[in-house]
Amino acid sequence: MKPNREQQLWMYEHMLISRYFEETIEKIYMEGKLPAFNMANGPIPGEMHLSNGQEPCAVGVCAHLTATDIVTSTHRPHHVAIAKGVDLNKMTAEIFGKATGLSGGRGGHMHIFDAKVNFSCSGIIAQGMGPAVGAALSRKLQNKEGVAIAYIGEGAANQGAFHESLNLASVWKLPVVFIIEDNAWGISVAKTASTAIERNDQRAAAYGMPGYAVENNDPIAIFEAAGEAIERARSGGGPSLIEIETYRLAGHFMGDAEGYRPKGEKDALFAKDPIPKFREHLAANFDWSNSDDEAMVKKAHEKVDAAIEFARNSEYAPVEEALEKVFV
Amino acid sequence: MSVATKERKLTIARAMAEAIAQEMRIDERVFVMGEDIGPLGGVFGNTRGLFDEFGAERVRDTPISETAFMGAAVGAASDGMRPIVELMFVDFFGVCFDAIYNSMAKNTYFSGGEVKVPVVLMTSTGGGYSDAGQHSQCLHATFAHLPGMKVVAPSNAYDAKGLMTAAIRDDNPVIFMFHKALQGMGWLGTERDAIVHVPEESYEIPIGKAAVVKEGTDVTIVGLTSGVHHGLKAARTLAERGVSAEVIDIRSLVPLDRETIINSVKKTGRLIVVDEDYHSYGVTGEIITSVVEQGVALKAAPKRVAYPDIPIPFARPMEQWALPNAEKIITAFELMEKN
Repeated sequence: MKPNREQQLWMYEHMLISRYFEETIEKIYMEGKLPAFNMANGPIPGEMHLSNGQEPCAVGVCAHLTATDIVTSTHRPHHVAIAKGVDLNKMTAEIFGKATGLSGGRGGHMHIFDAKVNFSCSGIIAQGMGPAVGAALSRKLQNKEGVAIAYIGEGAANQGAFHESLNLASVWKLPVVFIIEDNAWGISVAKTASTAIERNDQRAAAYGMPGYAVENNDPIAIFEAAGEAIERARSGGGPSLIEIETYRLAGHFMGDAEGYRPKGEKDALFAKDPIPKFREHLAANFDWSNSDDEAMVKKAHEKVDAAIEFARNSEYAPVEEALEKVFV
Repeated sequence: MSVATKERKLTIARAMAEAIAQEMRIDERVFVMGEDIGPLGGVFGNTRGLFDEFGAERVRDTPISETAFMGAAVGAASDGMRPIVELMFVDFFGVCFDAIYNSMAKNTYFSGGEVKVPVVLMTSTGGGYSDAGQHSQCLHATFAHLPGMKVVAPSNAYDAKGLMTAAIRDDNPVIFMFHKALQGMGWLGTERDAIVHVPEESYEIPIGKAAVVKEGTDVTIVGLTSGVHHGLKAARTLAERGVSAEVIDIRSLVPLDRETIINSVKKTGRLIVVDEDYHSYGVTGEIITSVVEQGVALKAAPKRVAYPDIPIPFARPMEQWALPNAEKIITAFELMEKN
């Protein structure tokens, strides 16, 4: 089923928020890091994996979810977190390592947990999959509403956890949907060099579940495939696997020189940037004027700017608090 | 409650199953999963009877797929369930350790305490029956070293039941290590002293509290699981020589009850630590350091009786030679006396 106008505007809006969030984080991340790039410096130290270009994967799936549903995400989690409804102020403060962050600065950008909307992520490839299967089992055992979504990258499809989790979810017929964001690169290694088959959705057949391939980073097509898979999960039909062709417009992490990319690849990807494409689609199909668009962009920027302001103005927790919250 | 005066001796296996069953009766969130824990009742007997009483939904056999089901335990616990998951042999941790130490142990911290991960991971340890180097390890220190998990290891059925009950009720991940030779399974060799009276009613042994299992004044012998029984045997022999040994069962590795150990050594002035885990970087070193760094006055340098730093050999004479035992503890004491 295609998304209606309201759903499409929600999707577009969250793509805008996510993109502007990443662009803003990118600028702040570079503060204090140059002239010789030093990852430990600046207001946002550490690794930073930006999701520019991958927004359709987040909004096309999360448009079907409520706060009750469970999402496990990856080391590149911001777009999905935003679409899942993670508290943007607290998430931003967490990325800055501040006391007002989701975990008071203990987790950082790769370890975002917001229990209120059942969102979590892991910095270890494919390791959110087992927990998603377990959360789905929990809902089944408790006869409670909710599906679990496990996001992974295409590189994760070669991990043991991928194959084990698909098998277990299928054997137990659990309400879980596995989403592969195929951005073609596992850091510097191309999918073609790491994966024995061209399309990972074909691997679904080995585990007795439907597999979907969505091409061209198309938010509408993602919405349609995810809608079918999520409906199957909600109605007791078991798990599905969706591989989405998406674009990583940024490096693997900030500071990545991307010398491994073939010449011209980045330009070709930017030419297919999903955000202007979605804007054109809205203008062509709905009564979506320039002023409507400008208003939505402005609203998205204000939301992000407010979150950045909140994070910047927050204090660091006293360092001794590092000793707390190991146990409850 | 009826007056329970009658002695009712149980094996550790039976005591574990009884604790799990009692918690499953009062808490719908508790369920069990692992390999062969269903109709078979667990290869070490610790889930016997559960499948018949609670059925396949709550007592679920898994595929041989530890990465998936250990991860699933984390996800189910984070979502409000209280999974008890069995890792059949602790030696198998290598195939699923990411779920354990990167997720189970850290998600509470990463969420600032918002996410609870009340998993009980029960796993068998120990050798002595020639199962060689991939099925006989203890790996106490491997788990105890990493922050975010409580770790318990009973030496007898009474503690096993109480620690299991406490572990299930705890909001944190708890690693429950049970020694195969103490399980009361004939085919693994049975330590009779592990089979003790166990009350029928439910009770908790507090996690993080050691037990002084025998009082004494001349030397403190600290151990866990099999080591406690070696210590008690050594203490009986030493008593015949007029030496009064105090034996402490730590019961919990994390948190470790350092206070009970330190107070004992303050009294005796001598310390021997027994551990079936590897010698170096382990429980023995941790306990001795904990005492020494408190400046406790010692009459002799502390000793450790632990597994040599070798993979566990198959040949029966080799394995038996390498294992800790009562004689090695007595030898350690004699060496302390010489110096």
